[in-house]
Amino acid sequence: MADYRPPLRDIHFVLDHLTDVGALCELPAFAGLDPDTIKGVLEENARFIAEVVAPLNRVGDLEGSRHDPATNTVRTPAGFVDAYHQYVAAGWGGVPFPAEYDGGGFPWLVGIAMQELISSANMAFSMAPLLTQGAIDLLMHHGSEEQKERYLKKMVTGEWTGTMNLTEPEAGSDVGAVRTKAVPADDGSWRITGTKIFISFGEHDMAENIVHLVLARVPDAPPGTKGISCFIVPKFLVGDDGSLGERNDVACVSIEHKMGIKASPTCVMSYGEKGEGAVGYLIGEANQGMRYMFTMMNNARLSVGLEGLALAERAYQDALQYAQERRQGRAPGAPAGETSLIVELPDVRRMLLTMKALVDAMRAIIYTNAQAIDLATHHPDPDVRQRNQELVELLTPVSKGFGTDMGIECTSLAIQVYGGMGYIEESGVPQHFRDARITSIYEGTNGIQAMDLVGRKLPMRAGGVITDFLAGVAALDAELAAAGDELAVVREQLAAALAVVTDTVQWLMEHGLADVRNALAGATPFLRMFGLLVGGRYLAEAALAARADLAEGEGDTDHLRARLVIARFYAENLLPAVAGLAPAVQAGFDDLYAVGPEALAG
Amino acid sequence: MNVVVCVKQIPDPADPGALDPTTKTLKRDGKLILDESDSYGVEMALQLVTAAGGGEVTLVSMAPNGEVSGLRTALAMGAAKAILVSDDALAGSDALGTAKVLAKAIERVEGADLILTATESSDGYTGTVPEQVAGLLDLPSVTFAKHIEVDGSTVKVQRQTEAGYDDVECPLPAVVSVTAGVVEPRYPSFKGIMAAKSKPVDTLTVADLGLDASQVGWAGAGQEIVSIEEAPAREAGEVIEDDGTAFEKIVAYLDNLKVL
Repeated sequence: MADYRPPLRDIHFVLDHLTDVGALCELPAFAGLDPDTIKGVLEENARFIAEVVAPLNRVGDLEGSRHDPATNTVRTPAGFVDAYHQYVAAGWGGVPFPAEYDGGGFPWLVGIAMQELISSANMAFSMAPLLTQGAIDLLMHHGSEEQKERYLKKMVTGEWTGTMNLTEPEAGSDVGAVRTKAVPADDGSWRITGTKIFISFGEHDMAENIVHLVLARVPDAPPGTKGISCFIVPKFLVGDDGSLGERNDVACVSIEHKMGIKASPTCVMSYGEKGEGAVGYLIGEANQGMRYMFTMMNNARLSVGLEGLALAERAYQDALQYAQERRQGRAPGAPAGETSLIVELPDVRRMLLTMKALVDAMRAIIYTNAQAIDLATHHPDPDVRQRNQELVELLTPVSKGFGTDMGIECTSLAIQVYGGMGYIEESGVPQHFRDARITSIYEGTNGIQAMDLVGRKLPMRAGGVITDFLAGVAALDAELAAAGDELAVVREQLAAALAVVTDTVQWLMEHGLADVRNALAGATPFLRMFGLLVGGRYLAEAALAARADLAEGEGDTDHLRARLVIARFYAENLLPAVAGLAPAVQAGFDDLYAVGPEALAG
Repeated sequence: MNVVVCVKQIPDPADPGALDPTTKTLKRDGKLILDESDSYGVEMALQLVTAAGGGEVTLVSMAPNGEVSGLRTALAMGAAKAILVSDDALAGSDALGTAKVLAKAIERVEGADLILTATESSDGYTGTVPEQVAGLLDLPSVTFAKHIEVDGSTVKVQRQTEAGYDDVECPLPAVVSVTAGVVEPRYPSFKGIMAAKSKPVDTLTVADLGLDASQVGWAGAGQEIVSIEEAPAREAGEVIEDDGTAFEKIVAYLDNLKVL
């Protein structure tokens, strides 16, 4: 495994050309910020992450977090506690949160760039701040002033971490099946009893307190998602002066042995095992928990999509370096008797360019999505806010679903570039693949993302949102035409893919309305084809921007020329798959149910 | 306790550097960063000021194109202010020319008790500037410090040697060069970076320092780079088959390199 090198040149290119960080700095919410300051912060953050957090990735995988059944405590791998304390002391966790909670008041877009760095460097480590961020998001929107005062600031600094307790043995994707109970106590607080599973960083030794956000049912709650409430259950109770008091009746009774992210403890949490229940405090109103969860859902899903990008980037860096060190065989044209570096072999080049094109496409999609969150939240014009909120809704399942599918694809390709060595753990590459494999599952499986895209997002504004987006793709045609031969193939393939997606959307609207099973059966291939088109759109925009810079003689010429090559490669090698996916989307559901599962057994 | 730290801003060593074949000097037109070997002096200075219970750290630097990126890093670590000398006339300055500029800039810092430098820069490696600065300022010079303690008007230095270290004492003010790696330089915090934005950087020209352009740059350089050549390609290694006595050959090999 090579040392992680933060891809700041690529990140700055996206911040300057595909999103507009300068325009964000003009918004009143970000007054006083400027692109240079943002660059400076990213550079120092990148240095810290590369030097302090990245070196712990391998030891984290080898050692894993360990649970002590005698004390129900969890010990993180060597070096994690110290690195986390440094992370907190540097104040990195609070950068994208509002200044009123002691945050840095930076755009979410910049937070996402920093999140890419930490997730690439060490995904398991990054999950402690990531889960805390989700809990902050929920508390910030729905907590009472008193709750914010008591918990939020320490979570923004990272001194305390946060968790999200949704899953139970019988309530996974179906959160409505939650059985954990909450009963009111005399003092206005609640008593929580039940068991939660798959709780990331539910217990660990990196912070002095852990604020669990727990979904539970109050007495006489309606069934399903309408009867779910959300509670704060701190590991240590917090006094009025902010001091830590009694240990709450919540315990991590075991942790899972997982395929990847081994340093991130995945905990079974038991509430109220010792007595009448763990002390909990209701957030907002009873039975509104599901609605509150949804306010953080988009951000959380975007962050998981980002993990796909981050691991793809890390695996790509390893593959690119290995291909330039490993000699094997003779490349076409190489002198006889000379062994070539494998980077000179056409199929290895193809794999490396595939990874690079997908990484760039994912980064463009995810950062655009993040910028839309900033604009939807902070732009003074309500119409702009509305339009960007629609874009957030449309792009989130793409960021999550396409981003993590391609993350798995790229980490697998990295193993392929390494050849036999890639299957050997010592090379370090298998870890990226094992770490990436969870991302298409948690925070809503990619099947759920596909259903969300087809069932909820395509019908938005009676199909107006998707129509607007597709019109944006069509609008690139004139610019691509003006670019001439250099981008002719991009223009041609983008237009072809656009025609297929437009046609397929039409089919889904008609046949999905007739029988929803048609839409659900074709949802996953549709998510893939739409993701490919969205990526193609932004890579075309990147190529046009690079071309403009080249014409003005700005920036690094080789790097800019590579953007044209990447756009062409993507257009010729990846985008044509869109057409091949159309029959799968439009096949309908008939054959899915034509025979029973027993007939499918061998 | 006021400490001046001389810091150099250099091309990022992570990117392949290039020499200008005409001037035979390192190309410095891209972005520059804080020389890592100076980060130890900055850290040492911050610790000394904290230990003294007051005072501040001032940075002094000389760089082309008004470059401040490296200074911002050191300001974000906790230095209070900086003096940057940037002037086209400085291009081609040799070690003594650089020392003249730094010495003049240091003289502008009021009440400087101690001047810290690295032992040498990571891009030029002449390793003579600290002593020249001391000479020009007529101050005592202590080199290769691995530990520094200030006691009233005296500085006590553990001076690293090949065999161990010497205990050296001298009166303040003094110029002390700090060996790389002897302290753990802190990472700038987010708040530190934001605060650094508004810390003063006084940018000066050669004329502002009261120097004449003929004393610095190509004009004033008494040192000349005669030629530059490509680094020799790495030679093929030697494979020693182990017939039971390979260790003797390895010992002889290392002995020959004088590393044993």
